Amino acid sequence: MDRDGDAVKTRVVKRPQMSLGERIYFATIVKGLLLTIRHFFGVFGDLFHWKTKTTAITMQYPEERWDFKDNFRGAPALVMDQFGREKCVACQMCEFVCPPKAITIWPAEFATTDNNVEKYPDRFEIDMLRCIYCGFCEEACPEEAIFLVKEAELVHTEKKDFIHDKKKLYQMGGIREDRILKWQHK
Amino acid sequence: MTYVLGKLLHIVIVAGAALPGLAAVLVWAERRVSAFIQDRLGPNRVGPAGLLQPIADLLKFIFKEDVIPGHVNKTLYVLAPAMSLVPALVAFCVVPYARGMAIADVNVGILLVFAISSIAVYGVSIGGWAGNSKYSLLGGVRASAQMISYELALGASCVPVFLVVGELNMEAIVAWQKANGWLVFYLFPAWIIFLVSSYAETNRLPFDLPEAETELVAGYHTEYSSMKFALFFLAEYIHMITASALSVTLFFGGYELPWVTLPGGAWGTVLSGLVFFGKISFFLFLFIWVRWTLPRFRYDQLMNLGWKILFPASLVVVLATAGWIAMVTP
Ligand code: SF4
Ligand code: SF4
Repeated sequence: MDRDGDAVKTRVVKRPQMSLGERIYFATIVKGLLLTIRHFFGVFGDLFHWKTKTTAITMQYPEERWDFKDNFRGAPALVMDQFGREKCVACQMCEFVCPPKAITIWPAEFATTDNNVEKYPDRFEIDMLRCIYCGFCEEACPEEAIFLVKEAELVHTEKKDFIHDKKKLYQMGGIREDRILKWQHK
Repeated sequence: MTYVLGKLLHIVIVAGAALPGLAAVLVWAERRVSAFIQDRLGPNRVGPAGLLQPIADLLKFIFKEDVIPGHVNKTLYVLAPAMSLVPALVAFCVVPYARGMAIADVNVGILLVFAISSIAVYGVSIGGWAGNSKYSLLGGVRASAQMISYELALGASCVPVFLVVGELNMEAIVAWQKANGWLVFYLFPAWIIFLVSSYAETNRLPFDLPEAETELVAGYHTEYSSMKFALFFLAEYIHMITASALSVTLFFGGYELPWVTLPGGAWGTVLSGLVFFGKISFFLFLFIWVRWTLPRFRYDQLMNLGWKILFPASLVVVLATAGWIAMVTP
């Protein structure tokens, strides 16, 4: 009975009874064996290219790689504009926002002020052993100078190789079409 | 003297090279077949098609630190792997793997196999005891109960073969099958019982309760590492080879082919060896195939199957065969 004193309706769930064939096991075992052997020959066929669609889902890693999407958050890198000029103005926004303090910037001033830009990073280092790939630097940058690129496999044998310097950062970032073009107009 | 030396050489080649080598290939096959069944590729980098993977594994086992945990019974701990490997190797000695090529062509043949393979229980249960941990002890206890239970059904399922052939000698059984056709066609139920119990005897899935990694970590060899673990591993695979060899010899015509008569002399020996190899390959594949198809039995189900189904069934088969022979022989 439930709380109001009404009779509670119960529903009898019928459990399926195993038929004799199932209780003897052998027919079902053979069925299972046929299923697994189908998969076996499916992958076997892959090796000899019997069919167009592959059964094996294994990715042969160093030769085949993931095709990362454009918004993939890999290693952060600096980019240049379409004229091959440095976009970073060493404002250090990224350095301040970076949660694990992976970025270190040594700003420097231009001797002349002919163009619109006053500062540039003399040295720009990202310690990839500290970086957590959060993408805050990309969000914080007012100049759209730093981006997280698709590079995701950082393997080195020396600890110091994990500190990406400016050259490495520009090499990874490459050129990105710029809409601001601060060098030409304010 | 030359006889003794020849036998020694024979033993060294079979027990020191052929069986471990075949077991190594089997490990590779196990991993690749399991991968294929699960839509993966498996180890395919070391050597052509990954065939050198067992060698890499072996090197790893050899160079691993040989840890003897502080809490174990040292003597038994060191002894157990050898005690499980040696019976596995010895049991193979009566199997005629090619024409006239059994190491020991003894008249009691198959009885020797059963006698030796019962000793294998000691290796497993002592290994479980020596580990001095609850998981390995449970594994060892399970192994001994399971192997003793299924030995009965295994032994009883072979009796019809002896009744029909009238001999225990393995070569004689092969010769009979050459003359009259494979015994599996006469004694199919006996073969099924033999197959199922041999899976239980070798501790292979669906009867790998002694290992049962979901419940017992790794069962009787939980505390073992490096080469000692490898010996247990090797013993399991050599048991598989012996079980397949017995299945082939007792029920599938051994090293002879039906209809085709192999030539005599040295060529005949080589060819019959190849025939035998081909036949046991199928059974080894079946071992692996079944392992990656069926889930593990529960322990009570295992005991039920052994004592309430297989053992009575094998007795019935023995009686039926005896009655059949009594009827047809005048
Ligand atoms: S991704 Fe995050 S952690 Fe890495 S450098 Fe940028 S802000 Fe720092
Ligand atoms: S990368 Fe962007 S945020 Fe960082 S210093 Fe340069 S301009 Fe400023």
